[in-house]
Amino acid sequence: MSDHNYTPSSKVGKWFNDRLPLLTLANHLTDYPTPKNLNYWWTFGGILTFCLITQIVTGLTLAMHYIAHADMAFESVEHIMRDVNYGWLIRYIHANGASMFFLAVYIHIFRSLFYGSYKSPREIIWIIGIIIYLLMMAAAFMGYVLPWGQMSFWGATVITNLFSAIPLVGEGIVTWLWGGYSVDNPTLTRFFTLHYLIPFLILGLVVLHIWALHVPGNNNPVGIDIKKPSKDTVPFHPYIVIKDGFALLMFMIVFAFFVFYTPNILGHADNYIEADPLVTPAHIVPEWYLLPFYAILRSVPDKLLGVIAMLSAILILAVLPWLDTSKIRSAVFRPLYKQFYWILVADVLILGYVGAMPAEGLYLLIARVATAYYFLHFLVILPILGFKEKTLPMPLSITEPILGGSPNLAVAKNKESLDK
Amino acid sequence: MIGVSSNTSAAEKLEYLKTDWSFKGIFGKFDRGALQRGYQVYTEVCSSCHSMKYLSYRNLAEKGGPEFSEAQAKAIAASFEVTDGPNSDGEMFTRPGKLSDKFVMPYENVKAAQAANGGAYPPDMSVLVKARGGGVDYIYSLLQGYDEPPVGVTLDEGVYYNKYMYGNKIKMSNPLSDGIVEYSDGTISSVEQMSKDVTTFLMWAAEPHLETRHKMGFKAIIYLIILTILVYFSMKKIWSRVETEV
Repeated sequence: MSDHNYTPSSKVGKWFNDRLPLLTLANHLTDYPTPKNLNYWWTFGGILTFCLITQIVTGLTLAMHYIAHADMAFESVEHIMRDVNYGWLIRYIHANGASMFFLAVYIHIFRSLFYGSYKSPREIIWIIGIIIYLLMMAAAFMGYVLPWGQMSFWGATVITNLFSAIPLVGEGIVTWLWGGYSVDNPTLTRFFTLHYLIPFLILGLVVLHIWALHVPGNNNPVGIDIKKPSKDTVPFHPYIVIKDGFALLMFMIVFAFFVFYTPNILGHADNYIEADPLVTPAHIVPEWYLLPFYAILRSVPDKLLGVIAMLSAILILAVLPWLDTSKIRSAVFRPLYKQFYWILVADVLILGYVGAMPAEGLYLLIARVATAYYFLHFLVILPILGFKEKTLPMPLSITEPILGGSPNLAVAKNKESLDK
Repeated sequence: MIGVSSNTSAAEKLEYLKTDWSFKGIFGKFDRGALQRGYQVYTEVCSSCHSMKYLSYRNLAEKGGPEFSEAQAKAIAASFEVTDGPNSDGEMFTRPGKLSDKFVMPYENVKAAQAANGGAYPPDMSVLVKARGGGVDYIYSLLQGYDEPPVGVTLDEGVYYNKYMYGNKIKMSNPLSDGIVEYSDGTISSVEQMSKDVTTFLMWAAEPHLETRHKMGFKAIIYLIILTILVYFSMKKIWSRVETEV
């Protein structure tokens, strides 16, 4: 952090800043030296902040009209859609916003995986990120229950029932979670409360996430440590602000397309049927962003082990900085890791696909292979790769690859000169 | 992967019947005539069993809907008897419907509806189009999907064969037949025409703000594209300082 002493120019500013250094903070945020070679994959942090704020603002508005009661929730959502001024717009932004939020967070996570942003000294940033991701899943799941449609009700029943796999106390825990002997009004009201709470917890964690980021500074596509500030950096404002803004606008165009032209395509039709405890839908499927984990859950024949596998699939990410033994951060200089990275991407997409399919026959087989590979990647391939892989020579500063065009080009040149 | 029609897993995979929906696409709007005719089909045919509890009579006169005149909508509302009360004597009473009333339901409650329909509950139609995987194409096809059962398929009393129904068995008898409704605008009421009209009406019922949404979406996206282009050039200008400096 480049905390050079900042003094406000005005007397009032100085007086205030001596007592609460908000202006110093603002100065730090605008001057914050950022690697100049950040590509567009780095704009998703800003996009995610936008998503969070959008969800909070639209969510607050919806909460003013929504009624958290098993007999009235569905109707109140229809009231929002029909009679509240622009209620349809707010609800569609909120519902699609959840999907957009996850789309952005998956890109953000996979960017980190590609460029090794989770490695020392950024482990804490990464772990906070994983906690945010977990909270996002909890918030999204509980939010999906609130309209009290068929998928809300049965999704809630399936997911909360997972806790019954815990030996001895499982059944008791499920009853405790439900606030009764089935998913019902007490479940709905507590889910609403928690759904309202979690975004603010996420907001707090986002502050910590950014704070922790500002200690070592951003990683970059080359993945080397850089001096800050230096020729390798630009001040956050205006350079990164305008670039993030440009990327955000493009993201908003995609977002707007979903909201205005296909607002229901990411949801399930059954959720427009009011919850009915006596009628079970033919297929109970979670929202798309939870499908890979759903596939892992169902690929294990034993319920308890399935739950453990699903949770491990997420929690394993938290120890990733120690599972990856390579000192080199960026996949640009790790030819083998780069290939395994893309296999992992394909593996997660396959898990997502089979998660939407019935768990039987070929789909189940594919899910099992993909689940096994997922764990193999983190538990076997990554630790070994760090020792076995021959990495490419690294440039000394990021100015070099910038001058040479792309980092790859610079590396290629580097290699040529070494070969001679 | 997502939002796929859940009805395609029926025993036989049958493509839905296709027709041109005026409300599809970026500039999609409802066909006013189809909405008004569709309302007629709903009232004269469907509404004897299917409720539409989230709609009010005032919606019929609202912009973007069937756009009946206010007088027409008032007359429609008044043709229904609504239970109101209690009055100052504590008694419930009936009165003619008003614009602010919700559509009158055919049955007192779900149990009564089931009892009258062989145990099957005729689903509420307010959001029916959105509650079925195939959406409008599914409803449109279903209404025209009644057929003699193929050899080997036996049907219980009160169960009918429908090509597009999940499992092919449906408890609703074929509701439409040519000429069952007499359109006042001279349109010939073939089964196909009525299916299209009533499905259009159901689409509006499920998405009453569809036209506003399409219009606003177009404006919003054009605005975003222009702003994106402007920001793009600003970004290029700002970043040009860095590239020359290095």
